[in-house]
Amino acid sequence: MTRFLPYTASTLSHEVNWLYLGLLIIAFCVLLLVVGMMATFCVRYRRASATVRGGPVKSFRFEIAWTSATFLGFIGLFFWGAFVYLDARTPPRDAVPIYVLGKQWMWKVEHPGGQSEINTLHVPIGRPIRLVLASQDVIHDFFVPAFRVKYDVVPGRYEDLWFEAITVGRYPFFCSQLCGTFHADMRGWVVTMEPADFAKWLAAQGPSESLALQGKALFHQYGCSGCHEPRSTIHAPLLAGLYGRPVALQGGGFIIADEAYIRDQILMNKHIPAGYPPKMPHFAGHISEEDVLKLIAYIKSLASAPGSAR
Amino acid sequence: MTVPALPELTPVPELAPVTAVENYLTDDMSLRSWLFTLDHKRIGILFIITLTLFFFIGGAAAALIRIDLIDPAGLAPPALYNRMFTAHGILMVWFFLLPIIPAGLGNFVLPLMIGAHDVAFPRLNLMSWYILAISGGLAFAAIFIGGLDTGWTFYEPFTADFTNGHVIMALAAVFLSGFSSISTGLNFIVTTHRLRAPGMTWYRLPVFVWTIYATSVIFVLATPVLAATLLMSAVQRFLHVGVFDPALGGDPILFQHLFWFYSHPAVYIMILPGMGVVSELIPCFARKPLFGYEFVVWSSIGLAIIGFLVWGHHMFVAGISVYSALVFSMMSFFVAVPSAIKVFNWTATLHDGWISFDAPMLYALGFVILFTIGGLTGLFVATLGFDEYVHDTYFVIAHFHYIMVGGMVSAFFGGLHYWWPKMTGRLYNEWWARIAALLIFFGFNLTFFPQFILGYLGMPRRLYAYPPEWQFWNVLSSAGAAVLAVAYALPLFYLGWSLFRGERAGPNPWGATGLEWQTPSPPPKHNFETTPIVTRGPYQYTPEPIPQNA
Amino acid sequence: MAETSSAPEPEIQYASLAHQGETAEIGIWAFLSTEILFFGGMFLVYALYRQAFPIGFAEGSKDTKFIIGTVNLFILLTSSFTMAWAVELAGTEARRALTVLLLVTAALGLIFIGLKGFEYYEDVWIDHDFPGIIFPMSKPDARANELFWLLYWMLTGLHAVHLSIGVGLVLTFAHRAWRGAYIRYGKPIEILGYYWTFVDLMWVVLWTLIYLPGRNI
Repeated sequence: MTRFLPYTASTLSHEVNWLYLGLLIIAFCVLLLVVGMMATFCVRYRRASATVRGGPVKSFRFEIAWTSATFLGFIGLFFWGAFVYLDARTPPRDAVPIYVLGKQWMWKVEHPGGQSEINTLHVPIGRPIRLVLASQDVIHDFFVPAFRVKYDVVPGRYEDLWFEAITVGRYPFFCSQLCGTFHADMRGWVVTMEPADFAKWLAAQGPSESLALQGKALFHQYGCSGCHEPRSTIHAPLLAGLYGRPVALQGGGFIIADEAYIRDQILMNKHIPAGYPPKMPHFAGHISEEDVLKLIAYIKSLASAPGSAR
Repeated sequence: MTVPALPELTPVPELAPVTAVENYLTDDMSLRSWLFTLDHKRIGILFIITLTLFFFIGGAAAALIRIDLIDPAGLAPPALYNRMFTAHGILMVWFFLLPIIPAGLGNFVLPLMIGAHDVAFPRLNLMSWYILAISGGLAFAAIFIGGLDTGWTFYEPFTADFTNGHVIMALAAVFLSGFSSISTGLNFIVTTHRLRAPGMTWYRLPVFVWTIYATSVIFVLATPVLAATLLMSAVQRFLHVGVFDPALGGDPILFQHLFWFYSHPAVYIMILPGMGVVSELIPCFARKPLFGYEFVVWSSIGLAIIGFLVWGHHMFVAGISVYSALVFSMMSFFVAVPSAIKVFNWTATLHDGWISFDAPMLYALGFVILFTIGGLTGLFVATLGFDEYVHDTYFVIAHFHYIMVGGMVSAFFGGLHYWWPKMTGRLYNEWWARIAALLIFFGFNLTFFPQFILGYLGMPRRLYAYPPEWQFWNVLSSAGAAVLAVAYALPLFYLGWSLFRGERAGPNPWGATGLEWQTPSPPPKHNFETTPIVTRGPYQYTPEPIPQNA
Repeated sequence: MAETSSAPEPEIQYASLAHQGETAEIGIWAFLSTEILFFGGMFLVYALYRQAFPIGFAEGSKDTKFIIGTVNLFILLTSSFTMAWAVELAGTEARRALTVLLLVTAALGLIFIGLKGFEYYEDVWIDHDFPGIIFPMSKPDARANELFWLLYWMLTGLHAVHLSIGVGLVLTFAHRAWRGAYIRYGKPIEILGYYWTFVDLMWVVLWTLIYLPGRNI
């Protein structure tokens, strides 16, 4: 980071830079106008000056003029900002998910291949990355200045943010939501790499099971398989092909089975699917957020292989 | 039109010496008479003294923050640092900025301005002061004995389950202070509606009265929602039930909605009265009627109304849907329009004026510049794509300090200097007052402009330590804070000195048109010997001032 | 007191007694708007969580004491009637009738509080429906159920506080009425009536929110 400008290291950064420049120019023009007029009037119409003063001025025309001018300008700014925001909030479909878990006071990163790291995040450049943000305790906020992305990490739900890095380097990230005494220490580095280097780095993390496989082990360990496997005699929903599908709820209505839905079901059995009794125990407090992420990865993996758990 | 240049402020013929008539200060000098007073002027002064005390405590906390940030590793232990910004936020917001102009200056001036003999409910008014003083003491205890580190925003679930400070005590303090806000707001609404002097129609009200009225509406409608929210927060912490704690089934985002439903309108409580003060000062010292009076008035009401519809812009990155973010962003641009209208009108008022640069006017001009910068950077953070970057960084800190400190505190000092002769019957040393005004302007910019740059570099708020690349701007900001500290302490001395040695002020030292200047300084116990009859609107400077009751 | 026969003087800031009365009326309306938003904040939380946890809220509501709540509803409505009657008599010579009506209003308020206290007793010591301290987590959808009960305690508790203040005020005013304070100037009774009716109205809302949702399961 330089003393005057932040790094520009993602596709979004360029859009935000232009937006900033636009805002800056408009702000300076308005400020110059106001301060310039004030200064001119203050000198010209100071009490001691003999300048000739005109009669009263009709104000209505001026009022309409500057009200509509500001109004139109603001509408323009709104749309520009909105387009950048929509872009920043809409991850591309092919974005690679990486799970980021915030807890007091560290960040734990889980790659889909099962590699995990603490307070660092390795990503390849030129490929959209979607971070799935979860929190173990309080609200944190994952903020990478160089990518111009930030989003609150709210316990009890999953938020996401995405970026596509464009330059290789090492960029700091921060927690930007007060989360307790060592809030300031909850920071780390994003390391961006060429895709080939990234693949090498992943491989060098040692042999590890993918998140989905780790999730499968947990699926048996926590006893989920006792009800949710085809062999089970208990009347419980089967999970193969669940992810991304609409689920009919008891009492009417549908909900899309996304990551947040699966999480809520595991921890609180929040929604009761139609045709099933509300029998599932709540696992809140018994399964850590990290394990929930693994279970979700497992359930997601079932979507593509309908035969495995059926 | 050739009007001969006015050589000096219009001298007003001296009335009989002040001591000859009984005024509200000399009426009864005992301490008891102050503590049980029902006189709005005395209550106003009680407020100003109490709130100034909190201002300096909150300021001391800010000084510690700036000292800590001189070094990238942080000079203070993190726990202490977190307590300091919490103390600074809570004391400054609830125990200085919100009440200072309405309950302090407004209490003193508003009834005088509308030609009333007192506020509508004097006992309620006194109760408001007691509640504020007690709740302020409670907040002070919670912070400094209890070690509160939640920040002034009390975000959940941190506040509920993850901190050891005296949270419930602090919540109770803020809850209690709400009664004070509501009492004061209710009092002013009713006073403005019912106690205007004969002939004082709505469009003859000084803008200050309008802005206090708008502020009071926010006090009455927003404060109870905060009260309910804090009550639920306290109960949840006490009983460990999840109203806002997701681990127990609650929703932390709901807390933010409720909190900002109050706290965003509260931002307008913290600026509208300042706008009112400046709308008094500029016409008076420019010797010109206020340009576009009706537009200034209705933009104040507009701010108060639209201010209720923009709270979501505090949550653009907090987990609200994209669609609601779009709506809140658009509303935030709308709310900037009335502010822009005001700035243009103040500037236009200067045109064709006979401007003098007495200390109150310096503060007013400073206010306009700082408020303009604060408002323009408000556009930056209302712009969704940019806010996603600078949200919760020093950019936002700098933005709202330009509004609240650059704006509101400047306006308060301007108003205090303007009405000081009315309150005390004495004139302060003009030379020192101008020095202080310039020093505050300079120190303020030095403190907070670097924070815009820090924010753009990506420095998040509430960090006790930061990467060394940012040290340059932080040191600059801390240096500015040192200047600001001196500048804020200066008025204590020359204003205090004026109490004893200051020249006697006549009833109308500035040659102003408002009703408050048409009665002796200090005013008699019930403001006016005879109820004034109002015959014309405010700010009729031709450039000779024509009083509203002339 | 001396004001038995003559009207009181208006306070210094008012032109006349009528002026003082009208001012107080605006004051009470402003105050009630504050009150509505105070309860409104909690109603919003109630609405959102009931939407999110319909089953838990219905289960919670099923265990409330419907009979006591409904009897209380009728008691408060009746008390509003006697209060309104008192407002009619304020400012007239009917000193004795006014006092009696105010006393009846206060008595009804006290009966409400007594019944509510009995209900609270049953909630805590028989059904253990006190969130956070002795709440049976075996209930269906216990967390949401607990949220319902938390809101139950907060809303009815605040209502009870309001009502207790109201009873205190009514008794004070009854004392003054007996001394003839409202023969010439009845506005204070009207102001009191606004407050009392507001508290009654809040109970009507609370009754629908608390006692009705789970009645069909």
